[in-house]
Amino acid sequence: MFRPLLALLRRDLTLALRRPQDALTVVGFFVVVVALFPLGIGPDPEFLRSLAPGVLWVAALLAVMLSLERLFSDDYRDGTLEQLLLVPEPMGLLVLTKIFAHWLITGLPLVLISPLLAIQLNLRPDEIAILMLALLIGTPILSLIGAIGAALTLGLRGGGVLIALLILPLYAPPLILGAGAVDAVMHGSSAQAHLSLLGAMMVFALFATPWATAAAVRIMLD
Amino acid sequence: MPAPKATNHPESKENVNAELSGMADRGFRAVDLAAERGERLLFEHLEFQLSPGQLLQVSGRNGCGKTSLLRILSGLSRPTAGEVYWGEEPIRSVDGGTGSCLGYLGHQNALKEDMTAEENILIARGLGGDRPEREAVLAMLGSLGLAGYEDLPVRFLSQGQKRRVALARLLLQPRALLILDEPYAALDVQVIEVLRSAIEAHLARKGMIIITTHQAVDIDGDCRNLHLG
Repeated sequence: MFRPLLALLRRDLTLALRRPQDALTVVGFFVVVVALFPLGIGPDPEFLRSLAPGVLWVAALLAVMLSLERLFSDDYRDGTLEQLLLVPEPMGLLVLTKIFAHWLITGLPLVLISPLLAIQLNLRPDEIAILMLALLIGTPILSLIGAIGAALTLGLRGGGVLIALLILPLYAPPLILGAGAVDAVMHGSSAQAHLSLLGAMMVFALFATPWATAAAVRIMLD
Repeated sequence: MPAPKATNHPESKENVNAELSGMADRGFRAVDLAAERGERLLFEHLEFQLSPGQLLQVSGRNGCGKTSLLRILSGLSRPTAGEVYWGEEPIRSVDGGTGSCLGYLGHQNALKEDMTAEENILIARGLGGDRPEREAVLAMLGSLGLAGYEDLPVRFLSQGQKRRVALARLLLQPRALLILDEPYAALDVQVIEVLRSAIEAHLARKGMIIITTHQAVDIDGDCRNLHLG
């Protein structure tokens, strides 16, 4: 049962390693967007600090968005997605495996590089820890929800813009909770409520979105 | 180009043969199928039955719905009306999905350009839940005239060579029914000959084959014809 899923995971990771620029552009985008903010709004450390959670989260959200189009489109173009539908495993699990690979390639690097950018925006160590935790729980949600949009726009012209229109409104809850968690610590209260809700949202997305995505893939390939 | 090595071939097939036997006792049947594309009706009231060991050749002019029919038969598309049966079960409700009983090769080769021919096939086998069996894969690639090209990323292969890799992948799938859409396109005469003998061997061990082609290739065995349009 797990052999097909492992084969798929290994395939996606191998392909990402053979074409590292795909993953690097996402991290690069994240870094550049965050680095531009101080240039735009001035170097006042306190002001930057109060903006930091929102800036980091919006940048992470846009970076993930940027990578979504490639989640299925390469497989769609060369016909391997069609063959995936013929794999004798539930399509939902295969989709979930692909999303996991996508998160390892794009979401996890964002989490790992975020402390560096947080220091640049003058966040304190305890706030950075919460930021990383919130991103660790939040970025999988972004990949999971985004996959639905990526599947629904398969083979459409201008799919990238359409994904943004479809998905960005759905990113509002993780954005509010994720940025709110860091804000809460900043103002001396606990981030637990935000993180718990974020965790609940991830569990829900984990169970619901792969099936919706699988259904969308089937429809788009019909 | 090295000549096809016929000696490697039987071994790899016998491996496949052993795995195939479980599924091979069920027939395949289409009942009252209809399909339309856009507003246009492609075909309706289409019926046929295929028993183990039989080949069905679908013919017809361009645009008469051959590819649509194959996609419906393989469960990738839904028919407008009718049902496809695997044994007595509708194929969509077969355990493990349609992919557990049939292999499908469409117009696209479904190869990853950044991976080598060997990796592509091994991954496809892993996805199908089959054991990797590297020797069988190399033997099959060799018999299709790809010896020496196994370690090259697929993007460096020619169109015909890519098609051969895709064929090798399909022929290595231990499935009772193989569905091939225009398998002879872009292939040279030698490879067509190898493919023909592979098809005959698959029929001989009670497999089933559905094929569309514009080229007439004589195949020994129980062949039927379905003309669309």
